[in-house]
Amino acid sequence: MSDVAHDASEFAPPAELEEMELYHPKTWIGKYVWSQDAKTIAIQYAITAIAIGLVALVLSLLMRLQLGFPNTFSLIDPSNYLQFVTMHGMIMVIYLLTALFLGGFGNYLIPLMVGARDMVFPYLNMISYWVYLAAVLILVASFFVAGGPTGAGWTLYPPQSISPGTPGTDWGIILMLVSLALFIVGFTMGGLNYVVTVLQARTRGMSLMRMPLTVWGIFIATILALLAFPALFVSAIMMLLDLLLGTSFFMPAMVSLGDQTAYDGGSPILFQHLFWFFGHPEVYIVALPAFGIVSDILSTHARKAIFGYRMMVWAIVAIGGLSFIVWAHHMYVSGMNPLFGFFFATTTLIIAVPTAIKVYNWVLTLWQGNIRMNVPMMFAIGFVFTFINGGLTGLFLGNVTVDLPLSDTYFVIAHFHMVMGVSPILVVYAAIYHWYPKITGRMLNDTLGKIHFWMTLLGTYSIYYPMHYLGLEGLPRRYFAYGDTAFISESSQDLNAAITIAAFVVAFAQLFFLYNLVRSLRKGEPAGDNPWEATTLEWQTEHTPPQHGNFSKELPVVYRWAYDYGLPGAKDDFIPQNVPPSNVVYETDK
Amino acid sequence: MADSIPLQPGLKGLTSDWASDQRAFKGVPWGKAMMWIFLLSDTFIFSCFLVSYMHVRSATTVEWPIPSQVFALDVFGVSVPLLLIAIMTFILITSSGTMAMAVKFGYEKNKKVTFRLLLITALLGASFVGMQAFEWTKLIVHEGVRPWENPMGAPQFGAIFFMITGFHGTHVSIGVIFLFITAFKVKRGDLDNERPGFMTGRKGRYEIVETMGLYWHFVDLVWVFIFAFFYLW
Repeated sequence: MSDVAHDASEFAPPAELEEMELYHPKTWIGKYVWSQDAKTIAIQYAITAIAIGLVALVLSLLMRLQLGFPNTFSLIDPSNYLQFVTMHGMIMVIYLLTALFLGGFGNYLIPLMVGARDMVFPYLNMISYWVYLAAVLILVASFFVAGGPTGAGWTLYPPQSISPGTPGTDWGIILMLVSLALFIVGFTMGGLNYVVTVLQARTRGMSLMRMPLTVWGIFIATILALLAFPALFVSAIMMLLDLLLGTSFFMPAMVSLGDQTAYDGGSPILFQHLFWFFGHPEVYIVALPAFGIVSDILSTHARKAIFGYRMMVWAIVAIGGLSFIVWAHHMYVSGMNPLFGFFFATTTLIIAVPTAIKVYNWVLTLWQGNIRMNVPMMFAIGFVFTFINGGLTGLFLGNVTVDLPLSDTYFVIAHFHMVMGVSPILVVYAAIYHWYPKITGRMLNDTLGKIHFWMTLLGTYSIYYPMHYLGLEGLPRRYFAYGDTAFISESSQDLNAAITIAAFVVAFAQLFFLYNLVRSLRKGEPAGDNPWEATTLEWQTEHTPPQHGNFSKELPVVYRWAYDYGLPGAKDDFIPQNVPPSNVVYETDK
Repeated sequence: MADSIPLQPGLKGLTSDWASDQRAFKGVPWGKAMMWIFLLSDTFIFSCFLVSYMHVRSATTVEWPIPSQVFALDVFGVSVPLLLIAIMTFILITSSGTMAMAVKFGYEKNKKVTFRLLLITALLGASFVGMQAFEWTKLIVHEGVRPWENPMGAPQFGAIFFMITGFHGTHVSIGVIFLFITAFKVKRGDLDNERPGFMTGRKGRYEIVETMGLYWHFVDLVWVFIFAFFYLW
């Protein structure tokens, strides 16, 4: 009967390495503050990222107030509005999503899922978090300096980002660039850990093709980040030099506020290329962990093996590779050589192939599954819908001729919020509802979770669907107010007001989530070791939450892939990865 | 119920080797794997710098100074082009040789020779930085080159020069500091006694000499590219 299983084998090669020696903290501070345990570092990362993410959420509400009800709130002036746009974008993309997926879920799940005691360099891992925290604090500090944070837009395009007239050119932009550079330094330390742990510290029997897709997604995303962040680092350094030393890397000769500036001969397009060489892989740095996590959640709660595991892995790798040769599709209107547009439109549309493979495989995983409709599953299915929606508008924007009229309109905002805002956030929620029982030992409240899900899903759709329409009408983005404009119909203002109300509803729904997180910490039902009856190693630990060192005396040995759900003939509908074929109980054995 | 996984010939065997359990790179210690991946990331940083330099240099409408004239030294009244750079390059490449020997003697657990070779490597590196400081002084004090202007032509010449050689020089300086630390650890016997500590992790091993060496060779290799693209172009 064992030939039914995907790749189960009784044999696991002998251990190649002596066991890793762990650092044992003696004090409370050593254990919870200067912690070298990847699980504690993960929680530190997650709490910091969510806290700064809430700041960005409030900023988006302030923007929506202005757009929905212009000239009503005196506390928002045009400069503030631009600053809110900039900080909202930067925080959400980098300081929340990147940090939460890689620093948070990466740190918690990689060692547990591959069967390691900890990350391979615990000390470096600890520093990584503290450098990240410093980066966040410097970013927050920019709210309190003279002139406030930078209002250059999250893309920070020069020359306007450092020319007088843009808000925050005194201190805000300096703090932003320094914070980004620090973030990259901190991330690199963590990223090296994640990659080496996946490559070199797996347990016996855990071959690459038996790794859960979560690990694959985070692994490839980390490699992307290690190769893409350098471009941002370099552009941050060069812009700082332009700003502080008066070099002219990005700054052309120009007249500013009536005076000829000292700059001469720099190239703003160079910055755009560097920025998007980072910026496009960044989209996938956020998306690939989400792809991986959602694959595991769908499979677990549909009680069915992931459809096309190998193709899922290769799709992740292919998307990662392609993401480095599509960057200029963000620059169709920048005045670059039109032939480039042809090349980049082609590569962009090719990415749709591996992405579509993934979407089909998710749907086929659900097909005829024994679906358990619990909260993580709802968020995961919500993700598949939202991702398809956002992905389809990507096909419009990837084509040069269609993109030109849509460029810098609300259509673009709707597209990227659906595809890399709402979609990854839905996965973040799915993942938190899924792994919270392992992290804390208690279940999150189901009713609160369902309220949270439906309000968030329907709310975000009522925010972003109308934006597609606004964009097709030509409503430009990043505008403080529209006034009387011939091509913008009057009804668009009503739509904007409705969107603002929906945004407040969504923000309100997050309070259910936060309350649920805090309440369940003490009052949640005890979860047990494996509440979802999942196969991966993190659910097979002796203690919940897992203790320092993750596993008990012996490291688990892996005998099969991560997706043995509903194996024909087997008595249980799931077989954990560390169960050898000879220990599987079959129906016929009765 | 096999007690081993049968080896497959050809490409399939290759991929299953790579994808096998525990370690993708058999016999490669964690520190070494980390250094390779870090260097890959650092390669992208230097590539971005160099590509930016090429872009700026081809985009500027002002004349670009001729490097062989700018970087010439007067020796007894004769102007020798690129003399200092030639010496710097020679020194750095020599230091790569002594580093490679240090790795060899390190794996032979020859404490004394490893220590001496590491020290020589560090001193060669330090003299490279010293000569770079001399070069900078000459350009700044005597020729009036600044990051924001350049009496010989395009202002980006100074900007790019100070940025790229400065960033590389920082790498060399960091390398020198770590070479001294490694040399000290070798001398103290940390690597023989498997003593835990900074850089060595929970257990000191001679592998860190090789990890250090990887970094040093990389810094050397980057210099070759800077040399080619900046001084010879």
